[in-house]
Amino acid sequence: MTSFDPYKARADFPILATKAHGKPLVYLDSAASAQKPRAVMDAMVDVMESSYANVHRGIHYLSNKATDLMEASRARVADFVGAGDVNEVIFTRGATEAVNLVAYGWAMDRFDEGDEIILSVAEHHANIVPWHFLRERKGVVLKWVPLRADHSLDMEAYQAAFTDKTKLVAMGHMSNALGTINPVKQIVKLAKARNVPVLLDGCQAVPHFPVDVQELGCDFYVFSAHKLYGPTGVGALWARAEILDSMSPFQGGGEMIDQVAEDAVTYGKVPHRFEAGTPAIVEIVSLTAAIDYLEQFDRGAIMTHERALLDRTMAGLANLQSVETYGNVQDKGAIVSFNVRGAHASDVATLLDRQGVAVRSGHHCAQPLMARLGVTATARASFGLYNTAEDVDAFLAALEKAEGMLV
Amino acid sequence: MQIDELIENFTLFDDWEDRYRYIIELGKALPTMDEALKTPDSKVEGCTSQVWFVASPATDDNGKTVLHFIGDSDAHIVRGLIAILFAIHEGKSPDDIKTIDAEAHLKDLGLDQHLSPSRTNGLYAMLGRIRDMADRLSA
Repeated sequence: MTSFDPYKARADFPILATKAHGKPLVYLDSAASAQKPRAVMDAMVDVMESSYANVHRGIHYLSNKATDLMEASRARVADFVGAGDVNEVIFTRGATEAVNLVAYGWAMDRFDEGDEIILSVAEHHANIVPWHFLRERKGVVLKWVPLRADHSLDMEAYQAAFTDKTKLVAMGHMSNALGTINPVKQIVKLAKARNVPVLLDGCQAVPHFPVDVQELGCDFYVFSAHKLYGPTGVGALWARAEILDSMSPFQGGGEMIDQVAEDAVTYGKVPHRFEAGTPAIVEIVSLTAAIDYLEQFDRGAIMTHERALLDRTMAGLANLQSVETYGNVQDKGAIVSFNVRGAHASDVATLLDRQGVAVRSGHHCAQPLMARLGVTATARASFGLYNTAEDVDAFLAALEKAEGMLV
Repeated sequence: MQIDELIENFTLFDDWEDRYRYIIELGKALPTMDEALKTPDSKVEGCTSQVWFVASPATDDNGKTVLHFIGDSDAHIVRGLIAILFAIHEGKSPDDIKTIDAEAHLKDLGLDQHLSPSRTNGLYAMLGRIRDMADRLSA
């Protein structure tokens, strides 16, 4: 294991040397997409230089090599999330496609009019809109769990949301908009006591702390690679083997079939049944490099580092008179959502950008949450393992200047 | 305010900070839009901030058709950019508007990066609406 030093790690990410508007880049948008270490780029090039051909069913040397690498990546992901079996990992285009796969392949056949899905108001649209499809097409009822005054999940309301019609709980592990970490073990335990399956959106969780799906006890877990310092265009669905075995295919095409005739079709085995078409081979294989990169470090040390960045940020923001922050709970990852009173988040983000500081502004694909917060947008600073105390200080200084210009 | 005056003012600034302070000031000086005019029709879709825009033709003292604009946003900088866009186009005839190179003016101001299709500030869409109306109303 490599000891974790953020300054050394930072040097592994060539893009962080960028100058934005002539200023050193301070990249605080990792929750939208994390930057990639050299190791991931090298892996992508290496696949294409030495091991690339279409996967599965190929009889030739390179096809077998690419297939082996892709299946090794599946095993790496299975190990990464603590899956019981390698075939419980389905590669998708991203977390969005993974949730859609569950909605179409599992829920659509099983849910009827009046059945209920419990979700939180803080969900990302990727964990909302697929369930709206079920509401629109099947008459499924969406039951929303509100937040408490401190923006943590209202667990009393969650418990009260269950009825004998509850068919699924769909929750984020860590909020992309607020950084709040949901008490997922408790969420799963309460659902399991009522025999209700649980889907967890782990997009923001997996880059920040270790996840073990068996320990969590959930039924579905989704995440994307690009937030995990890995390539774009690939994500994963983990689900229990018996659930996957019972699921219908979502997309049809090559690679997912057993036999196709003019009047009949039979499907391949799990996991390939759910991976129609040529997958993102280069990206899937290189996801291994991203996980290897992350896990070469003591993840506890990364967590401590990111917590220190968060604490430093919160302490600095407390000194800025016009800044309001959201989601100020103890159980929180390194994401800070805020507004400057009297200004729009886009004003703040524009003035930070001019100073080289990259933050996101907008609804963060969480419009129900914004409505509950009573705002149309927030600015969001989100941190990765490569951020440093100097980044925090540069952000705070830039924000103080922006505040002075706007208020 | 006319665009020439704006460009002259901008030449006085030698750093981004003064330019943006001025844009924010222009935004604060832009007349606010009557809430009743903020309808789904006047809303410019796809913006990070909320943006509204109304264009209406009128006849000037010489009997010539000219266009008047009202716009608003909940973001100061976007309001400032709207004010600049209006300074370029306000009170002009549809035929005149068709000859205006707004992109070049924005470039003179060093603000052309705000006027690209990929920006979600609504300026590009607003300029499109101004030009559509000019097209419809010109002979």
